[in-house]
Parts: sequence; C-alpha cells; structure tokens
Amino acid sequence: MTSGGVADSSRPVIEVTNVTKIYRMGENKVFALREVNLKVFPGELVAVMGSSGSGKSTLMNILGCLDVPTAGQYALDGVRVDGLSRNALADLRNQKLGFVFQGFNLLARTSAIENVELPLLYDRTGRWKDPRALAGEALARVGLGERFDHQPSELSGGQQQRVAIARALVTHPMLLLADEPTGNLDSRMTVEVMVLIQELNDQGITVVIVTHEPDVSRYAKRIIELRDGHVLRDHPIEKRRSAAADLAALGDEVIASPAEVTAP
Amino acid sequence: MTQRTLLRLAWQSILKNKMRTLLTMLGIVIGVGAVIVMVAVGQGAQAQIEAQISSLGTNLIIVLPGSIAQGGVSQGAATFNRLSIQDAEKLKREGTTFAAVSPVVSTRLVVIGPQGNWRTSINGVSTDYFTIRDWTVTSGAIFVDADVTSGRKIAVIGATVAKQLFPGQDATGAQIQIGHVPFTVLGVLVAKGQNAGGQDQDDVILMPYTTAQTRLSGNVRIGQILVSTFTPGDIPAAQNEITSIMREAHRLGDGADDDFTVRNQTEIAKAATSTTSVMSGLLAAIASVSLIVGGIGIMNIMLVSVTERTREIGIRMAIGARGSDVLTQFLVESIVISILGGIVGLFAGYGGAMALAHFTGWNTVVPPSAVLMAVGFSGAVGVFFGYYPARKAAALNPIEALRYE
Repeated sequence: MTSGGVADSSRPVIEVTNVTKIYRMGENKVFALREVNLKVFPGELVAVMGSSGSGKSTLMNILGCLDVPTAGQYALDGVRVDGLSRNALADLRNQKLGFVFQGFNLLARTSAIENVELPLLYDRTGRWKDPRALAGEALARVGLGERFDHQPSELSGGQQQRVAIARALVTHPMLLLADEPTGNLDSRMTVEVMVLIQELNDQGITVVIVTHEPDVSRYAKRIIELRDGHVLRDHPIEKRRSAAADLAALGDEVIASPAEVTAP
Repeated sequence: MTQRTLLRLAWQSILKNKMRTLLTMLGIVIGVGAVIVMVAVGQGAQAQIEAQISSLGTNLIIVLPGSIAQGGVSQGAATFNRLSIQDAEKLKREGTTFAAVSPVVSTRLVVIGPQGNWRTSINGVSTDYFTIRDWTVTSGAIFVDADVTSGRKIAVIGATVAKQLFPGQDATGAQIQIGHVPFTVLGVLVAKGQNAGGQDQDDVILMPYTTAQTRLSGNVRIGQILVSTFTPGDIPAAQNEITSIMREAHRLGDGADDDFTVRNQTEIAKAATSTTSVMSGLLAAIASVSLIVGGIGIMNIMLVSVTERTREIGIRMAIGARGSDVLTQFLVESIVISILGGIVGLFAGYGGAMALAHFTGWNTVVPPSAVLMAVGFSGAVGVFFGYYPARKAAALNPIEALRYE
C-alpha cells in the first residue's frame, strides 16, 4: 500500500525554483511569494508555518497544482508543472496528489465510501479496476472500516477528517498535502489525526502540512517558516514528538465527543 | 468516468433535492403535455375531416358542369350545363382507367309514405354509384343493371328518410309516392352521417337514373358525374382521360375552353385539411412556448444549483475532475430532469387528450410519433438550457470554488 516508494529517494518530490506569485488587486501588485526555493524529498514530513499573509496558502495552491506561479519553476516528481493546461493540472492532482483540508471538504449527503471512491472515478488512466473495494481498503486503513454508509453529518469532526484522509490516500499519491488539517478539531482529535498522519508518513508517504499551530508542527520532521512571501527559516526538528505517545499520555482524561462515544 | 457513474451521480443529485427537481420538471411536464394535447386535437380534427371526405367515396373524381365566359366575363360555376347521361355512358364505355362511372340526376321532391311525408333529395344513379361511394344496404337490396335499363320504379332510401317515413319499421318492400309516382322500397342504406360540410348524407333516395330522368326530373342535363379509379395513383391519368373523352363528346375545338370541371377528392380534401393543419400547427406552436418557458426554468434552477454547489465543484476539481467532467455532470443532470419531465408530460398529455375527448366530444388522436417527440424535444431542451449553467460550472477556478462559503 505504500506509494511514496514509487520515486527514488534522491529525486525530490517537490522542487520549487525561484517561484514568484503576484496577484493584481486593481492597480496594485501584491507579491504573495518572492523567489521561493524549496526541495522536499521522499519520506519527509514537512510543516509549512507562517502567519496569515505569509504566503503559505499561495504556496499550498501552487504545490497542489491548483495554481501556477507567475515566475519560476515548480517540478512535481520531476515533472514541470508551470505552463501546463487546466486539464493536465487536473490529471496531475488526480494521479499524484492527495488533499486534506481544514474544513474536511467532503461531499454532503454522500456516504463515506462514495466520498472516498470519488477520486478513482475521475481517473483517466484506467488503473483502478474496482473503485468500491479500493475505497473500502482506504477507509479501513484510517480506522473507519465499519462506517462506509455514514454520511458526513453523521460523523464526528475527527472521523470526517479521517474520511478525507482516506479519500486523499485512495489513489496512492506521491504527496499528501494537508491545509490546516486540525484547524477545526479539538485537541484530542488533533492528536488522533496526527497519529494517523505520522503512521502514513512512516509507511513512506511524503506529507506537507500547512499550519499555524506550533503544537502541530512539532510532529513534523522539518519546519519551513514563511514570512511576507520569503522562506524565513527551514530547519529539521531535533526533538520530534510522537503523536501516538501523546495520545497514550492523554489517556481518558480528555472527554471524547459524543459521536466518538457512540462509535463502535 | 463511465456513463453509468455519470447517470448515478446525476440521479443522486436529483434525489438530494426532490422538491426542487419536481418543480423544475413540472415546467417540462406542462410544456410537453400541452404540445401533445394540441397535436392530438389537431390530428383528431384532421382525421375526422379525412374520414368525412373519404365517406364521399374512395379515389373519387367528380365531373361538374363548367362555367362559360360571355364577352370576357366568366359567368361562374354551372352557368351553362352541358353534362348529359350520354357523357356518363361514353365515359363508362370508353374509359380505360376508371373503376366505376355513375351519373347523378338530382332533384328535390316530397315523398309520401304510409305515415307521413318528407321532402328529400332524389338522386338517379347507376349501379356503379354504390361502388364509388362504398355504400351498401342494412336491409333489402340495391338495384341491378337490368333495373336501370328497364327504368323500374324502385328506390333505395337513406337512413334518415327511412326514420322519417317508417319509424321503427323495416321499410323494405313498402310502397311510397315520389312526386305522385308510386315506387317500391328496395332497400335501406347504411347510415353515413354528416359530410364535411355538415349535410346529412342519409337524407336521400337513390333510384335508377333512367327512372329519375324520365319519371321525375324530365331534364336531360345532369348535375354531376362521379368516377372512381382503382388506386389513388390512377387519379391524374384518369382526370386526363376524362378531359379528353369529355372534350370529344362535347366536340370542343383546340382553342375552346372546357365546358365542364373535373375535381378529384384529394383536391377537396386538401382544401379542407389545409385549414385544420394551419390551425393545429398554430396550436402546437403556442404550446411549444410553454416548453421553452419550462426550459428557462431548468436553466434558472441549474444556475442556482451551480452557485449553491460551488464548493462541491471545487472539491471535485481538487481531487482531479477536469472541466469537461464537471460540464458533463451538470449537463447530464439537466438532461435527466428534462427527459423525465418529458416522459411524465407524455402521459399527462395522453391523459389530457383523453379527458378533453371525453368532456368536449372532440376527436383527439395522439400520434405514435408523440413518444419520440416528447423524449426528443425534452432532451433537446435539457441540452440547450443546461449547457450554459454547466459551462459556467466547468469554468470555475478551483481555488475560488474551494474558498466559496
């Protein structure tokens, strides 16, 4: 089930070279990113930190092939992304990327399994023979093996985020991009989601998390801090925390949400 | 994405908004239903007129007295009647493309029966007349060629005459007086009802033309000659043959105008049906306006739906949906809604046509092509009015769509 292993470890998953992004607000030019250089290698767990306006959302959009840089180059798994058409970007997102959002972004009134299955239905390579079964496997992998038919409104926030992670994983992506994945979760659920992300990373998936919470960034292996569109600091973490250990330490002291209580 | 998946997604989305979908569909249901009812009324009227015209007889050609021009002024139809029994007999004798030929010697006289009297049309005809008009008797018999040759005083009476003179009885074999001449009733005709002009075709008495001419009318000129052909395709050739035989009979020179008029049933039918087909076309056109209104309803709802589901579109794009996937999804949705509406409208229209026929007594005919029409039109409406909203959805920027609240 590992997918990060597709690339050899010497070739960067992400290679950002002199990327600049300018937004035009009427007459004014706003520099969201200024000549950013960045490499992320397979197996890394990177936290991108920064206050609002630092350019981390813009960087996320570019890394996620949702947006293209104004200047500079971006290569995903050795493939140049800048200058690609809308359709090519869509295919790239489908085949190489998995997204996890702050607001979960699951389709409402659509069962968990159908949400997870969705990326496979947009596949154009014909690689996936049985989307339903693969979606089931992905849900089992995030620990939701018995909640296939539940709709998002019937799940707790933590469970919804796990469905979203399953959806991101189901295509065996090169890279998991998580945009404030714990922003809408309480502290216990935050740790639970981070346990899952660390597990997946240990299995070889490259992960980039955008967050402004220092607590969350401490679970990463490397932190990149942005300010005003520049990379301010880029350093590895020496004393990396284990989410699993933190969860064990929490024990039962934090009261679980009602939905968690009813969980089988 | 497979077609089955697309249909499933469309169906899911339709089910998520049942009430809205139903209301949207209603526009198409009413549109298609209205078109079908109007087409049914138009077709019904046309079918009725055609039936009335074919009740005149099959493959019928009518020879009428012509008009003549005096000093350059046409005197109008039948101003100078030169039609005679001899013309009819010559047509019968020399014609090669005719199935049957009969003169019609017409007059109106009072008929006296055992229980009353009745003024009616008297038509002197040959035995061919029954073939031409495809007319038989309910009781008794029709006369034969020998009766015509010998000029027997026998009559075959229409259903209306029989009802007036012999209410509740069988008139066959009874004696009647027509213009003081005693006749024996040989048979009673099958009722034909009204003709296209609203005249009662059963208010008539038929007898051998020899008898009618010598005993009753005394006029050597006759009102019309009826000719029928074997097939509708023979009609043009038969008309030419009639013209040449008649011109020879009347000894008309090369430059002279015809002193008779030849009309065929198709021309008569055409004149009568052209009005109704214009009317039914007009009705259908008005009804199709409601189909367009229904289509605009679909466009409206799909636009609302695209706005409402902006975030969903963003999610789909983020996980790899191309613009064309989103376009197809919304297009399939609007087509499914409108075709469903079309199918329901088909049944509604069918029911409406039946109800209309029941309550107004109008003849309504839902043509079999209505099924294709309903599905085809509604599908076309779905594509036409669904395309713009679908394209709008497909053109959304994924980042902005994801950020949309």
